[in-house]
Amino acid sequence: MSNPEAQRSGSGRPMLARTSAPQYHERLSTRSLMWSVIAALLPAAIWGVYVYGLRALLVVLMAIIASAVTETLISGSRETLSDGSAILTGLLLGMMLPPAVPWYVVIAAAVFAIGVAKWTFGGLGRNWINPALAGRVFVHFSWTGPMTRWTMPRTLGADSIAGATPLSIVQNAVHEGQALLGGPVAILSASGFPRSTLDSAVTEWLNLNVLTHIGVHLPAGYVDPFVGNVPGAIGEGSALLLLVGTLLLFSRRTISWEIPTAYFAAFAGLAWVVGGLPYGGAAFSGDVLFQLVSGSVIMVMFYVATDPVTSPLTAAGMLVFGAGAGALTFVIRAYGGAAEGAALAVLFMNAGTPLINRLTRPRRLGGRRGRRA
Amino acid sequence: MITLPRRPRGGVHPENRKAVTRSLSIRNAAVPSRCVVPLLQHAGPAAVPAVRVGDRVREGMLIGRAADSAAANVHAPVPGVVTGTATLTLADERSCEAFVIDLEGEFDRLGKVAEPIDWQRKSVRELLRGIRDNGVVGMSGSGNAVHRKLNLPRAAEINHLIVNGIENEPYLSADNRLMIEMTDGVLEGTRIAERILRPQRVTIALQKDSTQAIRKLRRRIRERGLDYAVRALPVNYPQGDERLLARAISGREVSAERETSEIGVMVSSVATMYAVFEAIVYQKPVIERIVTLSGAALRSPANIKVRIGTPIAELIAECGGFVESPEKIVVGGPMMGHTIIDVSTPVTKLTTAVLALTAAEIHHGAETGCIRCGRCVRACPVGLEPTTLYKMLEHTELEQAQAAGLFDCIECGCCGFICPAHIPLVEGLKNGKLAVRQHGGRM
Repeated sequence: MSNPEAQRSGSGRPMLARTSAPQYHERLSTRSLMWSVIAALLPAAIWGVYVYGLRALLVVLMAIIASAVTETLISGSRETLSDGSAILTGLLLGMMLPPAVPWYVVIAAAVFAIGVAKWTFGGLGRNWINPALAGRVFVHFSWTGPMTRWTMPRTLGADSIAGATPLSIVQNAVHEGQALLGGPVAILSASGFPRSTLDSAVTEWLNLNVLTHIGVHLPAGYVDPFVGNVPGAIGEGSALLLLVGTLLLFSRRTISWEIPTAYFAAFAGLAWVVGGLPYGGAAFSGDVLFQLVSGSVIMVMFYVATDPVTSPLTAAGMLVFGAGAGALTFVIRAYGGAAEGAALAVLFMNAGTPLINRLTRPRRLGGRRGRRA
Repeated sequence: MITLPRRPRGGVHPENRKAVTRSLSIRNAAVPSRCVVPLLQHAGPAAVPAVRVGDRVREGMLIGRAADSAAANVHAPVPGVVTGTATLTLADERSCEAFVIDLEGEFDRLGKVAEPIDWQRKSVRELLRGIRDNGVVGMSGSGNAVHRKLNLPRAAEINHLIVNGIENEPYLSADNRLMIEMTDGVLEGTRIAERILRPQRVTIALQKDSTQAIRKLRRRIRERGLDYAVRALPVNYPQGDERLLARAISGREVSAERETSEIGVMVSSVATMYAVFEAIVYQKPVIERIVTLSGAALRSPANIKVRIGTPIAELIAECGGFVESPEKIVVGGPMMGHTIIDVSTPVTKLTTAVLALTAAEIHHGAETGCIRCGRCVRACPVGLEPTTLYKMLEHTELEQAQAAGLFDCIECGCCGFICPAHIPLVEGLKNGKLAVRQHGGRM
């Protein structure tokens, strides 16, 4: 493993390595982990570039290049680039930005992510908050205007600048007291938010062929946000393609199930139990589906909260972490801002990770719980 | 109190690569013309020489006498002349003296039919003496003197004897073959241990994938009317560890610093049971053992019965040599075994396997920084945080590391195996234990 001091063992015999056990290794490396996540993100990134245009591609590329350059400059060598972590941070960051964001915001976000969030703590593995998330939140509060200006996807009509994402339209309506229209999708319809023909076609097909057998009727308006036919961040729109990417992550065991599952349970549970109240509904009437497919919940749940560096070590810790992040996402959304809810929730839990680690130490064989002197 | 069996915690699932040798019957290696027999083939201090250079020895004659009760006798594996002594470094990095024996004269056992002894008429003391005299040690690599392990203080009581047929190091299949081909010997050895310990229950534990051995054991147990349970456990490394197996079967836990006898459980391997059988029923000392030879570099992998003291080079030749040059040669399994750089190193009582591994099958990777993914923590079967311990030891925080459970580490290799950053966690923890001992903090 370490110091494989190969030595010659007599003439004519092969060079044999002297190593300490274990003598063989899982087919796994930091690098392969990072590149799996990159590969899993690509379908959603490509979709973003398709629907939001070339501008989106430029933003993503800029974020990647700026991250890579910052990483190289700070680490002083190109070596740390090869682990793929800086590329991944750049890609994630680019995918979390609006398509029309000015170039200097992209650069600022990348430099903050790598330079401040990652390297002030000593680089990969030492940072305690997720760099991409930190970069995104940093520019969100520094350039809130450009960070909340969204582009209409080409699949919904012209290449125009739209005012807001579905989630922010709904939240503004709730804040302005226009909530008693029944629910988020009803609010969107009333506000004249466009809907694609794909949405109605798929909804109709689903209702006729699948859902009718289980006695469920799906209203129109969910398919667009699910496939990514809405204004939003470049790579966060398509819940569908992000979910497709998770197949790779789970099959290769790149991420464990604990964090997404606990996140989902806490977030969806709260959305169901109390999520209906702002719309004049009763308890247990929340629109879970809308909450899940809007904003950056899917992205954050599977790709950001699962960052190994900034999440807890044990399975129990991961459950606590995921549940905390899910619950906080709901709370921030309900009482605070819109799109950044999930991001802030995970940042907050990142800060709590050392504490969670301390509280969820594994129990040692023979009884005693691990303790530190 | 009823205690339920428990699911293993942690552990890993390495590719086991047993298929290569699992169905190969045990065959006999050629007797070497020269044996090099180390005097340290057990836990505890080296045996004291009982012969001198120039002496003529018979097959199975005592050549090294156990220095204390933790050590074991050493016998001449072949008849011949002691032509010299040598100082060896063993596979496990211990050094010791060895006798060089050149083959000469007649075999007393080889090729002759031995008369079994009716051991039922012997007393427990006589049985223990037979085990001691014949140099029986834990044959799965622990090297603990078996007579000492079985000879408990009067107050101690063993409720449950667990015979360990897990053999869950990858590649290894010698125990599996032993259970299939020498089923009755294993069962007879178990009966002898049962007679000594008088447990309420006897369980033979295997992994689910050893289907042939499970069937064979169950059939012979039924036919012989024995009251032994055969338990097939799900595949998980390293549940073959003594304490982890005790936990899996009995539901009771004991930490690494205590013995399983404290919770009324005794764990002994099938290979040890077979050695007990031969020692008692045929009064045969441990002068040979079954070794798995495997690895992609080897032309024809095999399970071979080999005389102690045979140079490993001769076993490699028995298997047709190399098809490609190995990256490393491992004595023991890949998770806990040691590399050797000198193929003249002899086989000892503790040599379970010799693996000639190619670069392609070891997945060596460069060490990178810890990403705190927690894979080592989730893999650790004894509930440690290997990454945390490793970092403490890097900063020579020896006391903190001890308090965090350094000495609970069983060195199973799971953390180092799974670490995506390829950090040598096991090596770090082993060195940490050494450092603590040197500082006199412990033992």
